[in-house]
Amino acid sequence: MKKLSSLKGWLYLLPAILFLGFFMVYPLIDVVMYSFEEGYNFASQSHFGYGLYNFKYVLHDPYFLQAVKNTFIIVIITVPLSTGIALLISLGLNSIKPLKELYQTVYFLPYVTNTLAVGLVFMILFKKTAYSEGLVNLLLNSLGMSSVDFIDGPYWAKIFVMCFYTIWVVMPFKILILTSALAGVKKDYYNAARVDGTSKCRIFYKITLPMISPMIFYLVITGFIGAFKAYADEVAIFGTNLNAAGMNTIVGYVYDMLYGNSGGYPSYASAASLILFAIVFTITVINLLISKKNVQY
Amino acid sequence: MKVILKNLTKKFPNRNKKIKEDVVAVDNFDFEIPDGKLIGLLGPSGCGKSTTLNMISGLEKPTSGRIFFGDDDVTDLPAEHRGVGLVFQNYALYPHLTVRQNIIFPLQNLKGDKKMTMDAMNAKADEVAKLVQIGEYMDRRPSELSGGQQQRVAIARALVKTPRVLLLDEPLSNLDARLRLQTREEIKRIQRETGVTTIFVTHDQEEAMSISDMIVVMKDGRLMQMDKPQTVYDDPKNFFVAKFLGTPAINTFDGEVKSEKLYLGDSAVLNVPGVKDGPVYVGIRPEGFIPDENGPMECDLSAVEVMGRDTSIVSTHPAMTVVAIRSIILSENRPDATGNKVRFSLKPYKVLLFDKTTEERIYFDIK
Repeated sequence: MKKLSSLKGWLYLLPAILFLGFFMVYPLIDVVMYSFEEGYNFASQSHFGYGLYNFKYVLHDPYFLQAVKNTFIIVIITVPLSTGIALLISLGLNSIKPLKELYQTVYFLPYVTNTLAVGLVFMILFKKTAYSEGLVNLLLNSLGMSSVDFIDGPYWAKIFVMCFYTIWVVMPFKILILTSALAGVKKDYYNAARVDGTSKCRIFYKITLPMISPMIFYLVITGFIGAFKAYADEVAIFGTNLNAAGMNTIVGYVYDMLYGNSGGYPSYASAASLILFAIVFTITVINLLISKKNVQY
Repeated sequence: MKVILKNLTKKFPNRNKKIKEDVVAVDNFDFEIPDGKLIGLLGPSGCGKSTTLNMISGLEKPTSGRIFFGDDDVTDLPAEHRGVGLVFQNYALYPHLTVRQNIIFPLQNLKGDKKMTMDAMNAKADEVAKLVQIGEYMDRRPSELSGGQQQRVAIARALVKTPRVLLLDEPLSNLDARLRLQTREEIKRIQRETGVTTIFVTHDQEEAMSISDMIVVMKDGRLMQMDKPQTVYDDPKNFFVAKFLGTPAINTFDGEVKSEKLYLGDSAVLNVPGVKDGPVYVGIRPEGFIPDENGPMECDLSAVEVMGRDTSIVSTHPAMTVVAIRSIILSENRPDATGNKVRFSLKPYKVLLFDKTTEERIYFDIK
């Protein structure tokens, strides 16, 4: 009887196990295998042997190093900035009454807009063409500064556009989460603090912030993971040849190794994606450890 | 500290924007709370009790009228300068702080020459913690305490700044029945020991009756009666107060006075000297009935419920305006209720008459 019911349990689990097995576990194992297969030939589907050469190659590939650098810059700049600005905007939204809903809608718009469409808008803002300087450059000119080519120009300008764009794209979701977190803090806490003569600053640091800290950490962790996986946004602005633009990311590098102009190297792609996995995993664990220490209830 | 409310009124704009008229939450409230007393603000939900409390605390601004603490007019003072301690229904303890941190939170807000050292704050916290008997839980978080303990922490936090007035908003409603009994004694004791003028809001009459020095009964934002608990029960000024206080509730009837006799239905049940002829509301407390074979009031017997010390006789009468008449008598006086009729005579001072239009009490001479 007991055996039968446990069989039944497995039967219920079967669809999920099959699905996850085929589409998650098997490919994962395959990726690990690929990453250790040396001299893999895509045409003949054969390889010489197993070893660490793929990792060595990837780690010495200047394109990969550039991609790692770009990715880290994007992560380090956009995650704290977007979370911080989102928090400020949410606090503002939470404290106004008239037009609150209108503002909420406006701030949420980028979330429902297609990445490539947004990219197009950014092109118009920043790109210099034969016909126009781009809106931002016009603005700079009117302030007496010289034009900067944000799309094909110096590295810092491109990184600036990239970060600006990323922050702009990820912000709506963060604002949404934070406004609801702020609205969820019971009014009684604020009333209690008010009766006790707590200053606004202290209310924010001692009550509001700890109360919404679980949500902030959630946003930081998912923000880190999301930023490490950045790719589509870069394509939207700089086009598909990211290596040439010097704006490639780790995921972009993986894609290029598989399907790009230099494609056909699943071993290198696998090695690169495993390296990315290791980085994301480490950062997430560190994040969780910190949050466990600071999110106290 | 004496608390005086003068013509206090609070209006809120109507939620339904089509109705221009404001909602009056508190209407021309006028009373004086003597120094060092425990006052129960009692009324059905939505009668403006909490609004009144919030105005005293300063969380809400009155539309008109003044509030005095002693001789100070505090009406325009913001909450933090009034020196009130406020305890919320759900305690509002900061979940991420320990009990000690919660208690010293108000002290850390002090600025200027009132600023205290950490040692002084801790000493003060220990002192109030001892008063409310939570000394052993100082390093726990609120979530690790029972409801009653949390309530005491909330009281400690309200007391730590030695407030001029302590305000409690439905302090017991989140506790289970047994803890409620315990905690209300506790509140009484703490109030006695500190001597701080305390106002607490409740919709539970038993709570208000048992621990208050004075009860303020409210209805629809208006003051109905303010007096000692026993007086409010024995001598209600109007029909509402009579109906609101007492468990089991008072039995109500439509009666009529003819030539100084009170008629319920067709039978005269009581002499009411000095009352003019006309229809009246009649309230008879459950303990006002005396089983009496020759009594003037005949009722149809529905049930006899034995509860040990007391027996409650449930019956019906044509003139009643309640679902059933409930009379409470000592069990040893229980009549041999075999038939389906039961007769009572009435204790005159347990029979209350009220005007049909104003609902005000009509007094008669009790011989």
